[in-house]
Amino acid sequence: MTVSPTSSGPLTLLRHRLFWPVVILVALLLLNVVFTDHFFSIEVKEGHLYGSLIDIVRFGAPLILVALGMTLVIATSGIDLSVGSVVAISGALACLQISDLGDQDSVGGVLGAAGVALLLSLVLGAWNGVLVAAVGIQPIIATLILMVAGRGLAQLITGGQIITVNSSPYKLIGGGYWLTLPFGIIIVLVVLALTAFLTRRLALGLLIRSVGGNAEASRLAGIGARGVVITVYTFCALCAGIAGLMISSNVSSADGNNAGLWIELDAILAVVIGGTPLSGGRFSLGGTVLGALIIQTLTTTIYSIGVPPETTLLFKALVVTVVCLLQSPAFRAKVVRRRRPAGVSPVAEEKVRVHA
Amino acid sequence: MAPPGPILRMRGIGKRFPGVKALDGVDFRLLPGEVHALMGENGAGKSTLIKVLTGVYDIDDGEMELEGRPAAFSSPLAAQQAGISTVYQEVNLCPNLSVAENIFIGREPRRLGHIRWKRMRHRAGELLHRLDLDLDVSAALSTYSLAVQQMVAIARAVDVEAKVLVLDEPTSSLDAGEVAQLFRVMRRLKEQGIAILFVSHFLDQVYEIADRMTILRNGRLVGEYLTSELSQVELVGKMIGRELADLERLEGRPLARETGPLVEARDLGRAGAIEPFTLTIHEGEVVGLAGLLGSGRTELARLLFGADHAGTGSLRIAGEAANLRTPRAAIHRNLAFCSENRREEGLVPDLTVRENIVLALQAARGWTRPLPRRRQDELVAKYISALNIRPADPEQLVQNLSGGNQQKVLLARWLILEPRLLILDEPTRGIDVGAKAEIQRLVAELSDGGMAVLFISAELEEVLRLSHKVGVLRDRRLVAEVDNDEGLTSEVLTETIASGAAS
Ligand SMILES: Nc1ncnc2c1ncn2[C@@H]1O[C@H](COP(=O)(O)OP(=O)(O)OP(=O)(O)O)[C@@H](O)[C@H]1O
Ligand SMILES: [Mg+2]
Repeated sequence: MTVSPTSSGPLTLLRHRLFWPVVILVALLLLNVVFTDHFFSIEVKEGHLYGSLIDIVRFGAPLILVALGMTLVIATSGIDLSVGSVVAISGALACLQISDLGDQDSVGGVLGAAGVALLLSLVLGAWNGVLVAAVGIQPIIATLILMVAGRGLAQLITGGQIITVNSSPYKLIGGGYWLTLPFGIIIVLVVLALTAFLTRRLALGLLIRSVGGNAEASRLAGIGARGVVITVYTFCALCAGIAGLMISSNVSSADGNNAGLWIELDAILAVVIGGTPLSGGRFSLGGTVLGALIIQTLTTTIYSIGVPPETTLLFKALVVTVVCLLQSPAFRAKVVRRRRPAGVSPVAEEKVRVHA
Repeated sequence: MAPPGPILRMRGIGKRFPGVKALDGVDFRLLPGEVHALMGENGAGKSTLIKVLTGVYDIDDGEMELEGRPAAFSSPLAAQQAGISTVYQEVNLCPNLSVAENIFIGREPRRLGHIRWKRMRHRAGELLHRLDLDLDVSAALSTYSLAVQQMVAIARAVDVEAKVLVLDEPTSSLDAGEVAQLFRVMRRLKEQGIAILFVSHFLDQVYEIADRMTILRNGRLVGEYLTSELSQVELVGKMIGRELADLERLEGRPLARETGPLVEARDLGRAGAIEPFTLTIHEGEVVGLAGLLGSGRTELARLLFGADHAGTGSLRIAGEAANLRTPRAAIHRNLAFCSENRREEGLVPDLTVRENIVLALQAARGWTRPLPRRRQDELVAKYISALNIRPADPEQLVQNLSGGNQQKVLLARWLILEPRLLILDEPTRGIDVGAKAEIQRLVAELSDGGMAVLFISAELEEVLRLSHKVGVLRDRRLVAEVDNDEGLTSEVLTETIASGAAS
């Protein structure tokens, strides 16, 4: 065993965790340039930033938020299917309260409404966390309960109708601008910074990875795994709640049926594309943001290159499959070895997990 | 008498991992009908050579011949089909499957495509019986101790029709009786002309069973020797590349001074795990636990630490009644427990060496009070050098370390807590001779400094060398408590274990 300095240069770049997601994102963006003129141009109009790139981030903001929360849940080797329902509930509750306000433009009233909606999201998240950590139900089942029941709850709140509001402070959350930036982008940056602080500066990240990597060993090392898991599900629901406010604010209405529909799948996809394994134990916040951007860019691309509507889902599925294959080290190893000279048997680096 | 040609020959084998050359130009050969020991310090490359041989890893350099024909295996399955049967260092069976299923997985007895469950259970029972093991073969493997799991893995390997049998530290958690059984089976296989590759850090075992040995150091070949022509001292010298000065004999243990009791367990017990026992551990005292496999040593330790809930009895720590519901509560009372099962209950594979070492300390502080990075680096550097963890890279993923080095990382996690009672369950499992002496010295030093230690080991000499007093367990009962004075030898202890009579 001789220790040699790790090789640097182009090879290390190639091996960087986020190399492939970045390549894919850039490729998708370049593809858009062909179909959309001035795709990369960003201009300032009336003190607001405009441009296709800005739009991608702006419309992708709710997905980025949900995916951030999902990342931490997945890192504990869990999963949260209920985020879509929480999106709907949070939006519905906020809009219901605002529509009851005498003056819909009252800032205090809107803040109160948003606060109550987020509080309910926290409670729902804690409920998920308790089911998983204290009762011991498998995450996929535990959150499936709220995924299904939550749609009902959202219906109950809206009374089966679509609630429309007309409130300029509320409109700001998902559709407004602040300091030339779309407000949604600012929210994402704040939440991202907060998450990075909790997980990197404080020790939450270490404990999350430990619980996800080996739950029993973590328990014996004195980690309060229950507390960690409940915290993580609560945080995930909070992110979904904020996303719910954004989505309903953007369209100034709450639709209990369709708001946040299937967003859990896009979020899980974003997390996986970003290099966080579903088996837990590791996570990458930067990767998740990239993953969410890839998905949003893909959606934009589908519109801009004019894929016929009946094939959009198929097209999306195709691209996602390619992305996932490229992301998989096992798949890349297979392709590379195929091309190696004959005589050497095509074997993957470590096909079975046999430990030292 | 012309020796038969080697059944297996490896030439110039090289294997690199990012930043580490694990093997460099290693030659190795295995003759039919011999037991060949592969020797070397922790991290010397023994397991890597075995994984290269059995197709877990690709070969970077060199070539391999099986029965005179060039061979390269693309997977462990391919190696097994070619007649190489292997027990890897970390038992890799499926804990959720039954014992019988684990033994026959992938080669279940079938009739018309259907698995013949009854026959499978019957044959599994027979097979284990040959190893002197009487188990319920339809129970899940996870219900058995690590030692039993190791025996099941061995039973599986010896049942496969093989020309070459590879055993990477098969005896690391076995005690004398099981080792004797295993050696009987190995001798029988050897007579049938099977070549056996054997790895162990127990020199006595190597000298008992091996005909020949190959020594590795730092990934390079030192040489191949006949066991009969190399003394133990010479062997150790070749393994570590220098003379090992005072390997044995810690100066006679001073009897624990008259100190106050730290932990008092009264009638503490748990149905099905361990009968109620009463045990007092004083500050600065090392209490050894001895007993056969399944005698309840680990179960006793887990109760003291709150890893399992006690059904009966009471526990006092430093004079105060303590009801430990979780390990977390135990750690807050300055108890620490280093599990024997480093893979399932110890390490977090995806974390780095540094993160694994600070884990318990960080958990005790809670996530809102991160341990400053400077402090982490200091602590980690201190224990990396104290325990000689190699490679000495705190940012290496712990799963990339060799088995013995992983064990040292786990030990370091608990040592940095500076607990008042340190429970060590097989702490020197898989650790090489040099490091073992180092760890024993450390334990002695810490207890002189006032720390109490509960020391569990299948190796009686080790228990005797360190302990002030020895608790003997049999059939899940604490049957005797013996002071470790002049009169106590491993023979006496063995007898006590066997008869269960208090002396
Ligand atoms: N997957 C891996 N990635 C990086 N380094 C590795 C990997 N596997 C092994 N190594 C390194 O290769 C060297 C040899 O390890 P190996 O497991 O073969 O040692 P060993 O002789 O079996 O030691 P032990 O007696 O502790 O089991 C060690 O330095 C180890 O850190
Ligand atoms: Mg090894």
